[in-house]
Amino acid sequence: MTTVSNDRGPHHRSAERRPEDALAADVLRVMRPDGSLDPAADPHLSDAEVLELYRAMVRTRVVDERAVALQRQGRIGFHIGSLGEEATIVGSAFALRPQDWLFPCYREFGAALLRGLPLERYFDNLFGNAGDLAKGRQMPDHWCDRAHRLGSVSSPIGTQITQAVGFAWAARLRREDVVALVYFGDGATSSSDFHNGLNFAGVYRTPTVLLCRNNGWAISVPTARQTASEGFASKGAAYGVHGVRCDGNDLFAVVRACREAIARASRGDGPTLVEALTYRMSGHSTSDDPKAYRPEGEVARFGELDPIERLRAHLVLRGQWSAPAEAALHAELAEQVRACLAAAEQKPAPALASMFEDVYAEPPWHLCEQREALLAGPRAKGHGG
Amino acid sequence: MAQMNMVQAINDALRLEMKRDDRVVVLGEDVGKVGGVFRVTAGLYDEFGEERVIDTPLSEGGIIGTAIGMALYGLVPVPEIQFADFIFPAYDQIVSELAKYRYRSGGEYPCKMVIRTPVGGGIRGGHYHSQSPEAQFIHVAGLKVVCPSNAADAKGLLLAAIRDPDPVLFFEPKRVYRAAKGEVPEGDYTVPLGQAKVVRPGKDVTIVTWGAMVYEALDAANKASVEGVECEIVDLRTLWPLDIDSVVGSVKKTGRLVVVHEAPRSCGLGGEIVALVNEKAFLHLEAPPVRVTGFDTPFPYTLEMEYLPLAHRILPAVLATAKY
Ligand SMILES: Cc1ncc(C[n+]2csc(CCOP(=O)(O)OP(=O)(O)O)c2C)c(N)n1
Ligand SMILES: [Mg+2]
Repeated sequence: MTTVSNDRGPHHRSAERRPEDALAADVLRVMRPDGSLDPAADPHLSDAEVLELYRAMVRTRVVDERAVALQRQGRIGFHIGSLGEEATIVGSAFALRPQDWLFPCYREFGAALLRGLPLERYFDNLFGNAGDLAKGRQMPDHWCDRAHRLGSVSSPIGTQITQAVGFAWAARLRREDVVALVYFGDGATSSSDFHNGLNFAGVYRTPTVLLCRNNGWAISVPTARQTASEGFASKGAAYGVHGVRCDGNDLFAVVRACREAIARASRGDGPTLVEALTYRMSGHSTSDDPKAYRPEGEVARFGELDPIERLRAHLVLRGQWSAPAEAALHAELAEQVRACLAAAEQKPAPALASMFEDVYAEPPWHLCEQREALLAGPRAKGHGG
Repeated sequence: MAQMNMVQAINDALRLEMKRDDRVVVLGEDVGKVGGVFRVTAGLYDEFGEERVIDTPLSEGGIIGTAIGMALYGLVPVPEIQFADFIFPAYDQIVSELAKYRYRSGGEYPCKMVIRTPVGGGIRGGHYHSQSPEAQFIHVAGLKVVCPSNAADAKGLLLAAIRDPDPVLFFEPKRVYRAAKGEVPEGDYTVPLGQAKVVRPGKDVTIVTWGAMVYEALDAANKASVEGVECEIVDLRTLWPLDIDSVVGSVKKTGRLVVVHEAPRSCGLGGEIVALVNEKAFLHLEAPPVRVTGFDTPFPYTLEMEYLPLAHRILPAVLATAKY
């Protein structure tokens, strides 16, 4: 009789996220602690590109902080942000080519803005107003924007993974060079869609980039509770899917890992599972208070790896950063946010009748009946119609 | 008696039953250390330890599938699904397995657990934090479905559900989790499954409802009373198998029926109640039965208060039924 032994014992916690994970030998890193780049791994971004990405990351954080404040003031109902995950989110979206598509989870508004979602549209979504592309039907941060090749955010965890695999598979069946990149969290790797997605992607060699934002937490559940393996990239192997880990707070490492994955997919060499080691510096969302479960000092320890500060250190070395330029950037962003927010906040709620649109391509009799009944009936408190 | 809200009352029931019966285990996402995203399992992890209050990986299919295995072994699992909207990854395990185990094994493998999950809208939750999927489980033979409207019932119904021999879906109306505050008896007691409660007596119109909509029905009934129409409100408490005698008895008295539920109208439990009343009390009816429900659309975000069958929609239905 053979027995399977687990040499780390039944209670090992090998997937626990620690800041030093990013230093492991199998983790792709480009930026050194002093802000310089490892020439062997450097993806060679131009000065203009690096500046654009820095601005995009700072914008993501500024908008994030503003959205949290709006929620606290009761002006929007909810926000789920990306504090600390900006390099993973912005770097991966940047790596896409114009023809590629992005299947979001719910923290990637920074990627959407980079790919062209207008900031005002994003605020429209937060307010759920008549200007929202999703017509105010979904919660804040559940946006969509087909024109910019951005999928539709859904709350149920993991569902987008198989869909991105199918989307890329279809492109391959049509002999078109299109890659789909899909975001999901460490928690989502426990969903059946993660396993189905990897399996189908592997079997059909679909041109998909599966990007796992390993931010250490799934609400209050630590990464070590999602898997007994050491991290997530290794899960690719069993499905015949190439897996890589990168330092998700190192913009250059994210760009490099994703560019390689996209090139591989485009060549017909199949999917890649990219695990980006990052950290959720905020609570799960505005509904969550992490004090109840997050160890004291953890944010401070990961804060040392703040992706924006690391990129700034690099800009300084590159001679591309100055205090006046930083101040000007913040002033410019503050004005952009102010204008878009003001425009969005004054837009009306979606029209009542719009509730019945898009259930089907054409509303059947019963929905027409229900619509007429609603319109003819009394209004709920606080709804002018 | 102590003043408790529904969250505290459910927590009290869980603690009591876990002390009484060491086979009871709680499992789910975020139920352990943090005590659930609505804090319903707060303190249980510290009191009973990580082998009885278990933070699981993010997989509802995994939670219910393993809970079935635990139940087959002899434990009494009380899994939590974080929102009823996220129960569908476990639908296969619930519908194909849990509901049919006893039947398909010729009674050899009874398989019971209580699946607790918050339901309902009115919390700005949009499509996926608002739904009321009770009918999708009532339609499956072998499952019992419960939905309390107040703290005392929640505790007594949960204790009854955990001791019931069949699998129970225990839907908790999250909109009134904290607002439904009241006297809750201390210690052990049960509210039997299958018994409705008349929460307001009246002679003119019967309103059948449950969960958070009980309060909307009460609000509408008070307004109708001003216009001289007295409503009798039947709080079902157990949605399936429902208390047919209470429903039919009330309708035989009033001759008029309004059913109120948050779930979409078509093929909702309201349709079944209307059919049952037609079958069993047709000659007593003075007016066509009426449903006041959510619409047959996904649950909307911004317009949610227009979607919900709140008092402003119940009142005209009641008055029209009374005048018919
Ligand atoms: C199927 C499903 N179950 C539960 C939830 C509730 N929920 C929302 S986010 C979340 C944690 C997700 O963690 P992770 O995948 O790591 O992503 P992160 O939020 O950290 O970015 C949970 C449990 C959900 N949205 N969908
Ligand atoms: Mg996570």
